[in-house]
Amino acid sequence: MGHIQNRWGPTRVGPFGLLQPLADGVKFIFKEDLLPPHVYKPLYIAAPMIALIFALTSISVIPIGNWITVFGIHTPLEITDVNIGLLIVLGITSLGVYGVALAGWSSNSKYSLLGGLRASAQMVSYEISLGLSLVGVLIMAGSFNLREIVDAQSGIFWGFIPRWNIFQGQFVAFFIYLMAAYAETNRIPFDLPEAETELVAGYHTEYSAMKFAMFFMAEYANMITVACLATLMFLGGWHGPHRFGPPIVQAVLPVFWFAVKIFAFLFLYIWVRGTLPRFRYDQLMAFGWKFLLPLAIANLVITALIVALRA
Amino acid sequence: MVPLSYYLVLSGILFACGVTGFLIKRNIIAIFMSIELMLNGVNLSFVAFAAQWHALSGQIFVFFVMVVAAAEAAVGLAIIIAVYRTRETLNVDRVNLLKL
Amino acid sequence: MLHLIVFSVFGLVCVAGAVNLLVQRHPINSALSLVIVMGSLAVEYLLLGAEFVAAVQVIVYAGAIMVLFVFVIMLLNAGEEERSKGSRVAMLFGVPGMVIGSVLMAWVLVARSGTGNIAVGALPGPPKVIGWLLFHDFLLPFEVTSVLVLIAIMGAVVLASHPGSKQPDKREG
Repeated sequence: MGHIQNRWGPTRVGPFGLLQPLADGVKFIFKEDLLPPHVYKPLYIAAPMIALIFALTSISVIPIGNWITVFGIHTPLEITDVNIGLLIVLGITSLGVYGVALAGWSSNSKYSLLGGLRASAQMVSYEISLGLSLVGVLIMAGSFNLREIVDAQSGIFWGFIPRWNIFQGQFVAFFIYLMAAYAETNRIPFDLPEAETELVAGYHTEYSAMKFAMFFMAEYANMITVACLATLMFLGGWHGPHRFGPPIVQAVLPVFWFAVKIFAFLFLYIWVRGTLPRFRYDQLMAFGWKFLLPLAIANLVITALIVALRA
Repeated sequence: MVPLSYYLVLSGILFACGVTGFLIKRNIIAIFMSIELMLNGVNLSFVAFAAQWHALSGQIFVFFVMVVAAAEAAVGLAIIIAVYRTRETLNVDRVNLLKL
Repeated sequence: MLHLIVFSVFGLVCVAGAVNLLVQRHPINSALSLVIVMGSLAVEYLLLGAEFVAAVQVIVYAGAIMVLFVFVIMLLNAGEEERSKGSRVAMLFGVPGMVIGSVLMAWVLVARSGTGNIAVGALPGPPKVIGWLLFHDFLLPFEVTSVLVLIAIMGAVVLASHPGSKQPDKREG
């Protein structure tokens, strides 16, 4: 990101600044943990924990690879395989709004309250477009199960184009999902609620040290979840170019492709962060309700029509 | 194996708590939340009966109840905001006259 | 056996949340205990095998409707509740009355049970069947509820909008 903005960025800690996140984490652990006297204590302490718990739980239903056999145990590469995996991820994302709203309210200061209200209103508005853009993929795959959605994207057509959902006509849905994901995770260009130049620092003004770190961990975990979901739904999950190498490599190869795709998506996130300016709040809400939502509905209708006419 | 009556008892307790809240609370938002609690209790008994008789129409009805609850919550909260703007209070005992 | 344990644990959480809603004086605490009630109800639905209903309960009820409640409580800055004469009378008669009524109803339900047990996950059908039913047998209620939601959206927007927001255009013209 430093390179994108033509400045050095953190380069002192470790080679090329790779150890910087570790140094940041250690700094947060050692910082003094303040408890301002005017806050509403139970919710003040619980809000970052709520945000973090929900951000980390949604990763548990995401499959990262095929079934593999390790030491004789045949296991799928995810924590649980549920029939409604996609709905669970969407539900937990909806619950994550509480962390932000309660943090803003419990801090008992006007900047935090306004920042919290704005952030949660933004998250709730873009959740709808997020869900609707995924319904197009659902219609094509026919199941809520994340593993089955990825399996429906295996194989190639026209000799070299992989049969990912993004190439199978869902590219509009992919862009809707991309924009809704940026707004859901409060990243640029939609990060008005937590921008440094606006409203002091938004809903985490009154937080320090570990609780602040928990909010940021929750934000990054949310980003990873959103990236995983995008790879599973639109970019073909763990399918990559054909199997090569000895069987031990073949077992791990799907995970490698999955990781590559997630990194590509996160790179896109950071690229956009270094490049675009941010939206004003009314522009942001107008964009979500007046542009993305009708577009997502239109995408849904057209996908449903095509699938129904083809069958 | 849980008998059906346990689910019905739980649903009944939730409904009774909702009715009690509706009667004793004075804050209009808390009254609305008691209404939502009642609707949730009813949803539970719908789903329990649907499981008992292996009929899916119980589940479908739960969706309709949820949609109606959502619509009612939205309109009700809008009314509360409008009343708050003129009366400056959320206590139902103070909103007992048409005249301000 | 495990079924009974999970059912009892989350049933107790439900009832505790409902009672907490009544007991708390600040509406934000009541709202959060209602969210807990809805979460444990979602677990109960999962026990009955209604996984789609459980997911929709979390997404719609706990994730949208209760967020709306929390927003309104934060916006209107509702303070703690006051005790007036009317509410004391209501508590004196209402709470024991409700307790007696619910104990009576529970006793009748358990004594006349005879209808047998429900196994874990007793409901048939993946969400596909629900979709089929919604669009074939229940099409009319589905369309009517969508009209209802549209009317509710329009009503909420009109009611909550600022009363004087249209004046400046007329004055400039």
